[in-house]
Amino acid sequence: MMKRNPLVLGNKTLKDVSDDICAPVERFPSKGWMGMFLGAKTLLLFYIAILAGVVGVGIGLLGVNSPVFWGTMIVTFVFWIGIGHAGTLISAVLFLFRQKWRTSVARTAEAMTVFAVMTAGIFPLLHTGRPWLDYWLFPYPNQRGPLWVNFRSPLLWDVFAVSTYATVSMVFWYIGLVPDFATIKDRAKNKLRRTIYGALSLGWRGTARNWSHYEMLYLILAGLSTPLVLSVHTIVSFDFAVSNLPGWHTTIFPPYFVAGAIFSGFAMVVTLMTLVRIGFPEFKNYVTLDHMEVMNKIIMTTGMLVGYAYASEFFIAWYSGNQYERFVFVNRAFGPYGWAYWTMVSCNVLIPQLFWFKKLRRSIPVMFVVSIFVNIGMWFERFVITVTSLHRDFLPSSWGMYAWSWFDTGVLVGSFGMFLTLFLLYLRLFPAISIAEIKPVLNVGYDDKGGHH
Amino acid sequence: MAQYTKGIAGIWTEENLILKAAYKTREAGFTKFEAISAYPIHGMEEACGIKRSWLPYVTFVTGCVGLLAGLWLTWWTSAVDWAVNVGGKPFFSLPAFIPIMFELTILFAALSTVAALFYACKIPRIDPPNIDPDLSSHKFAIFIPYNDTGYDETKIERMFKELGASEVKKTEF
Repeated sequence: MMKRNPLVLGNKTLKDVSDDICAPVERFPSKGWMGMFLGAKTLLLFYIAILAGVVGVGIGLLGVNSPVFWGTMIVTFVFWIGIGHAGTLISAVLFLFRQKWRTSVARTAEAMTVFAVMTAGIFPLLHTGRPWLDYWLFPYPNQRGPLWVNFRSPLLWDVFAVSTYATVSMVFWYIGLVPDFATIKDRAKNKLRRTIYGALSLGWRGTARNWSHYEMLYLILAGLSTPLVLSVHTIVSFDFAVSNLPGWHTTIFPPYFVAGAIFSGFAMVVTLMTLVRIGFPEFKNYVTLDHMEVMNKIIMTTGMLVGYAYASEFFIAWYSGNQYERFVFVNRAFGPYGWAYWTMVSCNVLIPQLFWFKKLRRSIPVMFVVSIFVNIGMWFERFVITVTSLHRDFLPSSWGMYAWSWFDTGVLVGSFGMFLTLFLLYLRLFPAISIAEIKPVLNVGYDDKGGHH
Repeated sequence: MAQYTKGIAGIWTEENLILKAAYKTREAGFTKFEAISAYPIHGMEEACGIKRSWLPYVTFVTGCVGLLAGLWLTWWTSAVDWAVNVGGKPFFSLPAFIPIMFELTILFAALSTVAALFYACKIPRIDPPNIDPDLSSHKFAIFIPYNDTGYDETKIERMFKELGASEVKKTEF
């Protein structure tokens, strides 16, 4: 019979689990955390200044111009939304498939989802150009008729998809946190901590009746989040696919976008988890090399799915016999933005092939570097889709290039400041591994003799 | 506050002992007792005789409401209240409305089920009495309220001790 590896190393008792996971919340932050937080916060302030400029002066500070009317904001929006998808995949889809290894990484992956969606949500709102009128996106009775929103537009579907996704992800994440907040409250030494975590825990007491309802709710939310997460990136892909533009108007987009989203999201989970393991060494017993290896396998698999989608698009561009379609794809690979295309292919398809070797997919430095490359590659994928399809219009007289400005750089780099600030605060203030979910899987992989009792 | 009931609680330190204790407590005829743990224990529902949660019914009904709400919203705004011709498409373009209907189904179902959990577990609750702070970490408890059938403190104390309780105390929950 196949032997299962333990999910949690070090023969932990129940009390050890509470102590280990609550430790980062209860001790004074380390110098490393402080350094990273100051860096992230400075980047966030820079981001706020850049966004203030973009709102105050106008969207023209970015490189968007005729014929490339969608640029960094849309590219980076799709990038961050995609990052978020791995969190829901780990917390909901793997839960439904009873993948117990998900337990150690689910909380942090979900936090990543929530923060990535928050980071992403800003972009389309600002890209409207007049963000103070963004409430027009919602169907509310108004004095202009009432003139309603156009429900036939994919951009409006996106408003509903992303706002529902943000709401449900946040609720799912918070419900998971409630019992752990109660644990922190009960361990609190001072009154302020007790009060704050007590309020967050909603007075949770963990009776068998409550757990029974709680587990049912968790299952239902996982069941609802699973089709939701697939719908969100499907609808994001509709933003492109429902238009009539060659390069965008393809039926492969929904599965291709979802695969890409999972791919990039898992890469971000690996990036963050390698850092969390360094910053909080006690977590190494919970997020083990086995966990990282499994995620690397998913990265390689989804990377190849994405690679298949690239190839399939090319094949159909030729096989369809549509010369506009064919031109767009040849231009994508060999035109002025060919460098972006080949960056994308190398980062997303070639580099993850390293994970065929067990030694490499279990090496922390290797997986960190690969995950960074995947993140770069997936940003470029969205850049390639958005910009190269637009920059060669039907009329050669309308051809142009995307006029990248340093505000584009500022928006892209600054968004990491927002994400990392939120993420670092989360690591300090919330239990970064689900205490109540880890305890039931403590003895997975231990036999009766080697048990922890 | 007066809404909490007095009673007697036994505290255990091992998962298998509390599970057995819950069985025995139920066999002894108690019906209003609570088993308290830091995490959901496999088999505890059977031990305590807890019926399957009714939350899925809420999910189903509110999900249907969300679906119909989405259909009504898109139909009424696009085809009734002020119909606008967009690219010659029908006023009631059902396929285009499906994403909206789907998202509202999920939104209604998810938020209502969470609300139902709050109702079922009577949370949020301000500063409820706590039998032992370690119950949310590594200890387990069974609490029997004074108004349960056959409540007798000395008998219960003896039963809890026999079942391996490390501590028995009179408390409020």
